[in-house]
Amino acid sequence: MDLFFLETCISGLMAGVMYALVALGFVLIFKASGVFNFSQGVLCLFAALALFDFMSDKGWIAKVFGFALPIWLAIFLTILVMIAVAWLIERLVLRHLVNTEPIILFMATIGLAYVLEGLGDILFGSDVKPLDIGIPQGAWDYLLDEHGLYIEKLEVVAAVTAALLVTVLAIFFQKTKIGRALRAVADDHQAALSVGISLNTIWVIVWSVSGIVALVAGIMWGTKSGVQFSLSLIALKALPVLILGGFTSVPGAIVGGLIIGIGEKIAEVYAGPFFGGAIENWFAYMLALVFLIFRPQGLFGEKIIERV
Amino acid sequence: MKKNKSLVKPILIFFLLSLFSLPAYAYELVIPSLDYRTGPYAPNGIPVANGFSDYLKMLNARDGGINGVPIKNVSCETGYNTKVGVECYEKLKNTPPSGALAFQPLSTGITYQLIPKASVDKIPIFSMGYGRTSAANGKVFPWVFNLPATYWSQATVFIKYIGEKEGGLGKLKGKKIALVYHNSAYGKEPIRTLEKMSEKFGYELMLLPVDHPGQEQKATWLQIRRQRPDWVLMWGWGVMNQVAIKEAASIRYPMDHFIGVWWSGSENDVLPAGEKAHGYLSGSFHAAGNNFPVHDDIRKHVYDKGNGSGDRDRIGEVLYNRGMVAAMWTTEAIRNAMKIHGTKEVRGEHVRDGFEALNVDENRLRELGLPNFTYPVKITCENHEGPAKVAIQQWDAKKKQWKMITGFYDSMRDIVDPLIEEDSMAYAKENGITPRKGCEL
Amino acid sequence: MIYRETGQFKNSYVSDQTIFPIRQDLVFVTGVILIAYLIVPFLINDYWTNAILLPFLVYALASMGLNILTGYCGQVSLGTGGFMAVGAYATYKLITAFPELNFIIVVVLSGLITAIIGLIFGIPSLRIKGFYLAVATLASQFFLVWLFNKVGWFYNYNLTGQINVTRKEVLGFLVTGPEATPAAKYLLCLSFVVIFALISKNLVRGRLGRSWMAIRDMDIAAELIGISPLKTKLSAFAVSSFYVGMAGSLYFAVYLGAVEPTEAFGIDQSFLVLFMVIIGGLGTILGSFLGSAFLALMPILLKNALVDGFSIEVVTAKHVEIIAMGALIIFFLIVEPHGLARLWQITKEKLRLWPFPY
Repeated sequence: MDLFFLETCISGLMAGVMYALVALGFVLIFKASGVFNFSQGVLCLFAALALFDFMSDKGWIAKVFGFALPIWLAIFLTILVMIAVAWLIERLVLRHLVNTEPIILFMATIGLAYVLEGLGDILFGSDVKPLDIGIPQGAWDYLLDEHGLYIEKLEVVAAVTAALLVTVLAIFFQKTKIGRALRAVADDHQAALSVGISLNTIWVIVWSVSGIVALVAGIMWGTKSGVQFSLSLIALKALPVLILGGFTSVPGAIVGGLIIGIGEKIAEVYAGPFFGGAIENWFAYMLALVFLIFRPQGLFGEKIIERV
Repeated sequence: MKKNKSLVKPILIFFLLSLFSLPAYAYELVIPSLDYRTGPYAPNGIPVANGFSDYLKMLNARDGGINGVPIKNVSCETGYNTKVGVECYEKLKNTPPSGALAFQPLSTGITYQLIPKASVDKIPIFSMGYGRTSAANGKVFPWVFNLPATYWSQATVFIKYIGEKEGGLGKLKGKKIALVYHNSAYGKEPIRTLEKMSEKFGYELMLLPVDHPGQEQKATWLQIRRQRPDWVLMWGWGVMNQVAIKEAASIRYPMDHFIGVWWSGSENDVLPAGEKAHGYLSGSFHAAGNNFPVHDDIRKHVYDKGNGSGDRDRIGEVLYNRGMVAAMWTTEAIRNAMKIHGTKEVRGEHVRDGFEALNVDENRLRELGLPNFTYPVKITCENHEGPAKVAIQQWDAKKKQWKMITGFYDSMRDIVDPLIEEDSMAYAKENGITPRKGCEL
Repeated sequence: MIYRETGQFKNSYVSDQTIFPIRQDLVFVTGVILIAYLIVPFLINDYWTNAILLPFLVYALASMGLNILTGYCGQVSLGTGGFMAVGAYATYKLITAFPELNFIIVVVLSGLITAIIGLIFGIPSLRIKGFYLAVATLASQFFLVWLFNKVGWFYNYNLTGQINVTRKEVLGFLVTGPEATPAAKYLLCLSFVVIFALISKNLVRGRLGRSWMAIRDMDIAAELIGISPLKTKLSAFAVSSFYVGMAGSLYFAVYLGAVEPTEAFGIDQSFLVLFMVIIGGLGTILGSFLGSAFLALMPILLKNALVDGFSIEVVTAKHVEIIAMGALIIFFLIVEPHGLARLWQITKEKLRLWPFPY
């Protein structure tokens, strides 16, 4: 097989994994609370900004305590911050919007996106921040030198992390009590309430987990391009992934990401030059659309049953 | 009924005092800046805005303004959004006392919006090295100035440099040159020029558009890896720059064969790639670095007094100097305007004449504290682009500085001038503008 | 007390079916329209027109279009930006190819062209529903923007792809280009908005509107009682795209004058119009106006208040403005999830009883 084609496929799969990381956050929240969280991209940005700030000599921690945090401590502190953010979101926004239509909840997350964006700007500044937490970057030298195959190390790390994350989430959802409660809430709010599951606690937990996933995605994308406002725009890249995979399925997010990633790259590299290039964006959506025509709920989504 | 005489005197005294303590009418020179310190291009917009406002603050603090008239620098935050840019323009154009003296849109999109309005509102547009290239034709665009060089001129200088490196322009035949560009009007600017030169010199041009924001460029760089162009030119902005340089480093593309436009050559763009960006080239029309006398003045008169617009250690960055030199040319045009019209209370139309008579030579540069910072600029009625010279600078990742590695090349006027003529005449025809014959408006 | 309808009797079907059955409503709306036509043009300057009134009117027209599709027919569409682009480019091609054509006809023709394109892109809606349809329309959005960016014929092969409007007159008054007076531009847009608001109000009250609402509420039941989903959904797409296309045409020709497809008609634009519709109130014509006022004008109001009123630094003001917009959106949604139009309705209800509590 043509080596370059293999490279394109692998790069496509890797890019897909990066998209899938972002899509995971969406899926988690949609599964448990039925909300399409438009602010997921901004959450990724906010998490990455906070992480950079805690590690930087000019950040808040350094200003207050006089020293910057080492990487692992900074990550831990950022996780705590994301949990706090999740709690605040539940308290101030979600609690008051119980039982409203999905499109209204969607709009509320947009308001949330604006608030988080402005807060991120004020607290951490709008400059681009090169994020380096020690993830290897650049081409995989051995493969490139010996075999002429180009694979990006950062994306391999992202793929491994994504696999780990999905495994942890799968165990979490299947084996633990909280996981079962989450699945119960995703199934039917009323029934879950009647069995004694506190909706509010579940929502805080889900948004926190989603925040942690956002942190991981933010780290990967932030290392790739520096932490700046454009990071929040990757949410748009994750949309076709969600459509393809289904809004409610974790494996769907991964599989959808892989398909979109590889489809996009192959189309751009091989068909792009005939169209003048830059067809990636709409091709992803067209691909998702084609899948939708055959399976309107996405590959792994729940079948939509309509009753008269 | 007690007559309260005791109140009459204090009131009279108060009235008389207030008459005398009326503030004397002080003329101020309103220079607006349309900044973007937020939004997707904030990292690049912040240093430009800082450089611009710091220079003006320095003039106010050190000289009391221009010829004694203080400068009023009003800024408006556009976030690089065209609609907000229009709103900012409408809001600031009549700011008292002098009305806006010149507008720097700092965005190609906003520039296109403002060009038709400039002649009606009588305010010159100073789109320094960006915006509509064909506005260099002063006969069709009397109110727009894009000195000291435009994108098309820069494209020709890049080819000149490449020719030099390859052993002569004749050796370009059969070489492959790729253009990675932001898929917008800004990014498309050099295409026609590069295509014309590819016909003339025989190189193969590869066009690789990147959609906004350019966060994901894997496919582009895979194609570059496959096709192995000899040189890559980049017309990028914002996050596209950072990602492109990183991707180029990852596929081991030789950095010294990778040339970015002057908006793709700043510290922001190369820092995320770290050591790997060493050797990356970009165009520029001014020096980088913070050890010019004007920087000392800025530090002394602005930062030491706690009045700086940004971080002290970011003085002298490429984009900071860009903002600074824009302020310098603007204030020199205002100075010219005062001289030409013999008054200190100048308005937009006077400053337009000031721009058209701009002549900042080497002596003047030295007086301003910018010796060898940039090249002498002389503007005429027909040519609003000026000398159109470009130098190449290179990034040293170890020292973390930009260094100019060539002198200022002349652009290929035989390529650029006919294109400018063609495009500006097409605009004139479409909009019913008669190109002016002489220098009168 | 202010709003009582006692004493207002209707004695014919025709008078019972008027748009504003309560006299206070009729007086109020007529008053607003009269003030808008007769008084406002003399009070405005360039800033008011170009920064406040024109965006409000153009977005109100676009929101009306999207409201018809999303609010009345329940088809979520994120392709508004792309359709506005179709309107704008249709206008550009028409004014450059047929310079003698009357500008009003150009705008209406652009709307019709957009309606046809909207019809084509509405076909997936017959198979896909809900949020998934929204993302299908995103495909049309990205595709259309790419098309206008790439294919030279649309921008007459000029060097950069930006399109500029030429000078056009209506009734002898210049309405495009920088020499047009603010009053002329404003009155043109106002006329379009008022006339087409009237048309849309009548559309949604009639059979077509009712079939749209039936599809929105229960499409399977609607099909069972004989409403053809094909015809209804496609007609919603067509009418909606007609409005959005006209809005795009005015946006390009009158408001901005020069546009670039990626920036002016990108995904942000689609989201913005959708947000206006949701905040304003889905399924109401008034909601389009309120949403447009809220999202197009509130940021400017906030900015001016913060920068001029409180003398806050411009950058901080921008950040605070973003946070304030987000907070206001969340606040209004919590207070009234059905949008500002519903808030207005509740106010009117309260005014019927005022000053009594119940």
